[in-house]
Amino acid sequence: MLKLTRYILYDIVRSKIVIAYTLFLLTVSFSMFRMEENSGKALLSLLNIILIVLPLISLVFSTIHYYNSYEFIELMLSQPMSRTRIIIAEYAGVTVSLLAAFLIGAGIPVLIFSPTDTGITMILTGLALTMIFTSLAFAVSVKARDKARGIGSVLLVWFYFALIYDGLILLILFGFSDYPLEKVTLALSFLNPLDLGRIFIMLKMDVSALMGYTGALYKDFFGSTAGMALVTSVMLLWIIIPVWVAVRYFKKKDL
Amino acid sequence: MKRRITILLFLLSAYNCYSRTITTSPAVSIKKAIASAKDGDTIIITKGLYKEGNIIIQKTITIIGQSNPVLDGDNKYEIFTVSGNNITIKGISFQYSGYSAMNDYASIKVIDANNVTIENNTIINAYFAIHLSNTSYAVVRNNTIKGSPKSEQLTGNGIHLWKSNHALIENNHIQGHRDGIYFEFVTFTTVRNNFSELNIRYGIHFMFSNDDVYQSNTFKNNGAGVAVMYSNKVTMQGNHFEQNWGPSAYGILLKDISDSYISGNTFFKNTVALHLEGTSRIEINKNIFKENGWAVKIQASCNDNNFHENNFIQNSFDVGTNGSLVLNNFDNNYWDKYEGYDMNKDGKGDIPYHPVSMYSMISEQNPSTLILLRSFIVSLLDKAEKAIPSLTPENLADTKPSIKAFTL
Repeated sequence: MLKLTRYILYDIVRSKIVIAYTLFLLTVSFSMFRMEENSGKALLSLLNIILIVLPLISLVFSTIHYYNSYEFIELMLSQPMSRTRIIIAEYAGVTVSLLAAFLIGAGIPVLIFSPTDTGITMILTGLALTMIFTSLAFAVSVKARDKARGIGSVLLVWFYFALIYDGLILLILFGFSDYPLEKVTLALSFLNPLDLGRIFIMLKMDVSALMGYTGALYKDFFGSTAGMALVTSVMLLWIIIPVWVAVRYFKKKDL
Repeated sequence: MKRRITILLFLLSAYNCYSRTITTSPAVSIKKAIASAKDGDTIIITKGLYKEGNIIIQKTITIIGQSNPVLDGDNKYEIFTVSGNNITIKGISFQYSGYSAMNDYASIKVIDANNVTIENNTIINAYFAIHLSNTSYAVVRNNTIKGSPKSEQLTGNGIHLWKSNHALIENNHIQGHRDGIYFEFVTFTTVRNNFSELNIRYGIHFMFSNDDVYQSNTFKNNGAGVAVMYSNKVTMQGNHFEQNWGPSAYGILLKDISDSYISGNTFFKNTVALHLEGTSRIEINKNIFKENGWAVKIQASCNDNNFHENNFIQNSFDVGTNGSLVLNNFDNNYWDKYEGYDMNKDGKGDIPYHPVSMYSMISEQNPSTLILLRSFIVSLLDKAEKAIPSLTPENLADTKPSIKAFTL
C-alpha cells in the first residue's frame, strides 16, 4: 500500500497543481506578513484563506484527482489488491500532498513571522481541515457517477459548510433568541468542521470579545482537557467517517 | 518681668524637649504607650505580634513600626481608629481585622482628620483595609494590601475614601478586595502609580467625586475593571487597563460623567475597553486600544465627546453603539481596519471610516450570535452593509482617518 501511495504522490507532484497551490499559499502569506504592520492583521487574512480557500482547494483538487486517476485505479484493480487498500492509498497520497503544500505554503511564513499561540493554532486547524475536506471529497466523488456531477456536488458541499450552515445557525439564533442557546450552538458547531476550527482559532484571537457573553462558556469548554479531547475526537470522526463511507461505496461499486 | 520671661522660655523649651520617643514591645502594650504619649511624640513599635483589639489614636503622634511588627485583629476588631491632625502611621503589618455587617471595620480607619500619613504598611486579610472619612490632605503611600475575597458582601474595599479632599494615594499595591480603591464625595485628589488587580468588583470606583486626577495606575484583571460615575472634571492619564474580562467587565465604565480628560492610556485585552453612558464633553485622545473585544461602546445618550489621535489596533470590534443618534466626534484616529486610500498624500484617508460594523450592531441585539464572528457569512454581511448602510449609524464616522498609527 505504501508503494502505491508513493506512486500516487509522484503522480500528483508531476501534475504541478499541488506545487502551484504551495506557491500560491507561500506568496499570499509572505506578502500578507510583509505588507501589514502588525502580524495580527496578516493572521486574520490567513484565517480567511484557511476557512474559505483551503476547503475549496482540498475538495476540488481531490475530486479532480480521483476522476483523473480513474484509469489507474482500474488498472490497479486488475492486480491482486483489495479495493480498500487502493482507495485508502489514493486518499493517503492526496492528503499527504495537500498537507505538505499547506505546511510549506502557510506553515513556514507563520513560523517565521508569527510563531505565537494563535499562529500555531491556525496551522494545526488548517492541517485538520485539509484532512477533513479531502476525506469529504472522496466520499462524494466515489458516490457520484461522473466528473461533472462529482465536482458539482463537491462545490455544493463547500457552499454548505462555508456559507449555508452558518446562515442557518444565524436564523436559529434569531428565531429562538428568547431561549438560552449556548449549549445548542455548541452542539451545532460540532456538526460543521469549519465552525469547529473557527471557534478554536477565535478562542485565541478574539478571546477578549468572546469572554463577554456566552464566550465564557466556550472558553471553559474548549479550555478544559475534556473539551479538548472531545474536539479532537470530533475532528477525527470528521476525517474517519467520510473515508469509511468512501471505502464502503468503493467496495460495492460497479466500476 | 525678666524672670517671668525666663520661666516662660524655660517652659517652652521644656515643652519642646518633651517630644519623646516611646518604644513598645509585645510586653508593653501599644495602648499604654499611646495613653502616656503627648502631642508630638513618636511611638516605635518593635518586632512582635500584638493582639490588643481596637486601638484609638486621637493625639498628634507618629507611630513607626520597627522591623515589621504585626498587629492582629483576631478577626473581631478594627485595629487602628485614627482621628485628629498630623498623625503618621508607618511600617506596620496589619492582619485579620474584623468583619461586621453593621460597621465598616477597617485595619486603619481615619475619621475627621487632617494631614494623616499612612505609609509603607502591609495589610492582609482585612475587611476594609484603609478607610478614610471626612479627611483633608491625607497621604496614603507605598502600602501593600492583600485580601482574600469571598463575595461582594463579605469583602470591603482596599482603600476607601468618603467625603475627603486633597488626598494623595500613590504607589500602593492592592489586590483581592471588593473595590481596589473607592471614592465617594472625594475632591481634588490625586491617585498615582498604584497597582490594583484581582479585585472582585472594580479596580477603582469613583462616585460623586469631582476634580480628581488619576494617572499612571495599572488596573489588571479586576472583576469589572474601573468605574467612574456621576462625577465631573476627572482627569485620567497614562493608566493601563488590562485583561478585564467578563460579561460586564470594562476597562473604564463611564456613567454620567462630564468635562473630563482621558488621554495617554493603554487599553489591552479588555472585553469592553471604554464604555460610555450619559457622558458629555469628554476629550478622549492619544490612547491605545489594543486587542480588546470592543474598543469603545458608546450609548446614544452621550454627547459632545471627542475622540482624537487614538490608535485602534486588532480589536474584535472598534466601536459599538445602541442607536442611530450620534452627537460625538471621531475624527483623526488610526484604525487598523481602515481600507481606504490617500490620494493627496496628506496622511489622512480620503474616504471616511465607519468604525461600527454591522455585526457589532447584531451582536449588541443578540449576544449569542457572537459565536459566528469571523465566519464567511458574517464577513459577507459586513461587506454588504459597508456598501449599502442600513443598520449602522451613517454619521458615526471618522472623516479624516489617519493612514499611519500615531506614535504614542
